[in-house]
Amino acid sequence: MQNKNNMNYEYEHIEPEKFAFAQLDADIHDKKLETKSRGYFADALIRFKKNKSSVIAAYIILIIIIFTIISPLLSPYDIEDVDKVYTNAPPFVRVISDLNLGIMNGAVTHESQNEVQYAYWQGIAKETGYNPLIKIVDTYTTVSMFRGQEKTSYTYKLQTNKYYETGVVYRTVSYEEFQKIQDFQNETGIQVIYPYVESKDIYNITDNPNIWYEVSDAKGTPKRDASGNFVFNPVYSKNTNMAGAEYNSLRIEGDDGSYIYSYQKSGAVHIRVCYYNYYTYLNGHEPIYIFGTNSLGQDLFSAIGVGSRFSLVFALVVSAINLSIGAVYGSIQGYYGGVIDLVLDRISDILSCVPFTVVTILFQFHLAQKVGPVVSFLFAFVLTGWIGMAALTRKQFYRFKSQEFVFAARTLGASDARLMFKHIFPNSLGTIITSCALVIPSVISSETSLTYLGIINLSELAGTSIGTLMSQGQTSMTTSPHAMFFPALYFSLLLISFNLFGNGLRDAFNPSTRGVED
Amino acid sequence: MVKYVTQRILLMLMTLLIITFMSFVLIRMLPLPELPSEDPHLPIVLARREAAGYNKPYLVQFGIFLKNVLTEWDWGVSDVLFFGQEVSDIFMSKLPATMLVNFYSIILSIPIGIIFGVIAALKKNTWVDHTISTLTMVCISVPSFVYAFIIQYFLCYKLGWFPFLMKAGTDYFTWEMFISVIPPVLSLSLGVIAGFTRVTRAELTEVLTSEFMLLARTKGLTKAQATIRHAFKNCMVVVVPSIFGQFIGILSGSLIIEKIFAIPGVGQLNLNAIYGRDYPMFMMLTVFYVTISLVASIVVDISYGFIDPRIRMGSRK
Repeated sequence: MQNKNNMNYEYEHIEPEKFAFAQLDADIHDKKLETKSRGYFADALIRFKKNKSSVIAAYIILIIIIFTIISPLLSPYDIEDVDKVYTNAPPFVRVISDLNLGIMNGAVTHESQNEVQYAYWQGIAKETGYNPLIKIVDTYTTVSMFRGQEKTSYTYKLQTNKYYETGVVYRTVSYEEFQKIQDFQNETGIQVIYPYVESKDIYNITDNPNIWYEVSDAKGTPKRDASGNFVFNPVYSKNTNMAGAEYNSLRIEGDDGSYIYSYQKSGAVHIRVCYYNYYTYLNGHEPIYIFGTNSLGQDLFSAIGVGSRFSLVFALVVSAINLSIGAVYGSIQGYYGGVIDLVLDRISDILSCVPFTVVTILFQFHLAQKVGPVVSFLFAFVLTGWIGMAALTRKQFYRFKSQEFVFAARTLGASDARLMFKHIFPNSLGTIITSCALVIPSVISSETSLTYLGIINLSELAGTSIGTLMSQGQTSMTTSPHAMFFPALYFSLLLISFNLFGNGLRDAFNPSTRGVED
Repeated sequence: MVKYVTQRILLMLMTLLIITFMSFVLIRMLPLPELPSEDPHLPIVLARREAAGYNKPYLVQFGIFLKNVLTEWDWGVSDVLFFGQEVSDIFMSKLPATMLVNFYSIILSIPIGIIFGVIAALKKNTWVDHTISTLTMVCISVPSFVYAFIIQYFLCYKLGWFPFLMKAGTDYFTWEMFISVIPPVLSLSLGVIAGFTRVTRAELTEVLTSEFMLLARTKGLTKAQATIRHAFKNCMVVVVPSIFGQFIGILSGSLIIEKIFAIPGVGQLNLNAIYGRDYPMFMMLTVFYVTISLVASIVVDISYGFIDPRIRMGSRK
């Protein structure tokens, strides 16, 4: 007892001069590292950059995101702009079309067109100045016996411009509107209104506004000259008694001022307008459809932008929600383990067995009326979507929770919550972010499938979606493949690049799995 | 093993019961569709609804439903799509078309997928491997209905090799029928082929670098011998269970492919049940889909043990 007290005394009263630095002035032999230290994320970034295809994918994703942001600015149209005439029309940009490159020229192909139909296109070209005929793809000659004489007839496979081939259409407009169009004509010098043709002069044809020449039958065959070639002699009406309203604007070539440009119709006027120019009058610009139009007459370029904006935002929101729920759930599972883990695991097991389509449909039946289709759709994705994320987090927690740094933190008195989210969770972040990058394409893919099937209709909120565009395109696939091609191409590009990007991230964050794959 | 299997099956039945109950209650909570007032089947449907216990508590309704299904295999009558007909009969009549298409697609995919996987693994890091891997990547990323468009447009429309839609009728094994199912089979297969290729390639590359391969080569086996006898067998441990899983999965069909090619199958029926709000039909299909997914996962797990006896599923440390 006495001894121990003595010892304590000795330790407590150590003389101050004994406290001296042993090596204060001595050389330190291990030098500080001269290279810059590199963190986990910086390291991953370097590995990621080595993977060329993933880097390209990352750039494509960037371009896609920029496209979705600026496509409403680039395109003169928005999703509400619907043109009833130019539906399912192929890509067309006047400037590029005039270069005769064979692209963006609004070309549609017509099979087996006879001479009369060929003449019809020529008639449009002669009247409006817009030649719908792009080229004759094929000419077929048929020799047949007609009243004892050999007769050669030609049929053509033609490529025509969908925008020009509409030619002239009938419109019934009010007097004010008629005056407005005239003002527009005076201002810009664009001929919108064409002289009226009375049906009595063209074999009583009333449903074809493009007949403005002498015809020899009710089918609209133009008169032939002595050598049998078609001639186009205008039969514009000069019947001023029937004129609907005063006309004092541009007159077409060859008009001596006697043609009438409108026809009486109770309280309004009936006119023939060149649709292409009429479109310019209505919209303030010529048609510019980079991707063409769909069956509703929407501009595909802006529709894809709108649809993909929704897809991307939706996918990001879904992954963010799933990530939060999954992270908390998985952390609790992994950190506490034991009975809690077992019970929570059974719950997620059961939830994960419910087929996604069934969930979506049930939610759609129940919630859609109350909270709208988009929110109920979101619920459907969240209900089962977080399970993968939770499983991943749980695994990571099991991996880290018994490591030394956790023990150290616990010894220092860190609370459970602090241990979980300050110490363990950041370590598993890389893996979780990676899986997020792979969740995004899968969300986009299921969303598109369901909107394609029409189980979910997002048109009210989002305007349209890629799936809706594809299903519209599919109905007219044979006549206008572009309406399906562009959304499908865009969609494929989006999914492929997101998957490549995600795989690249995964390899970069988990060098160990990379070794296995190589 | 037996204990493990029994355990899994019991657990599966429990999960199935819970999910069925949840879906059942959710479906019964929906407002009923209007019945056409002058239809000869009307009294039958009303009587069947009474018997099914509508207007009683949900638990009682569920009890009646379970009793009917388990004792008489009675899933109720369709009240919208096939007015007054037995749901289970209609379901059984739709199953063959789905199975036919999916069966062909599996039969086509397994050899092609495995062959591509093996080639890619053997020619690792050459242009062959890169090409196959890239194509696999693309095929996995893009969903099957995009291929369906491409196939329908080019093969059916431009080239005119195949009809646009699947041939109607129940003559499943005639030549015309075979021709008409080729487009949907192709569209379904691309994704499955890519899946098999990826699994095979990943497994085989791992096995090829292991020590026993080196030993086999040192013993004097040729590369082909060593690959086929040692590596290939081992890589099948992972590939074969996924084949079993696919085989169970073929029953469930594909909603989109069946819609695009007008296949009169289960997926199409499910879509119509959703559009038409035919709840008894939808209930049966829900149970069907849940069962398929549960059974498939069990079969995959158990088949590991059969293929490689060293693997004891569910064993403790």
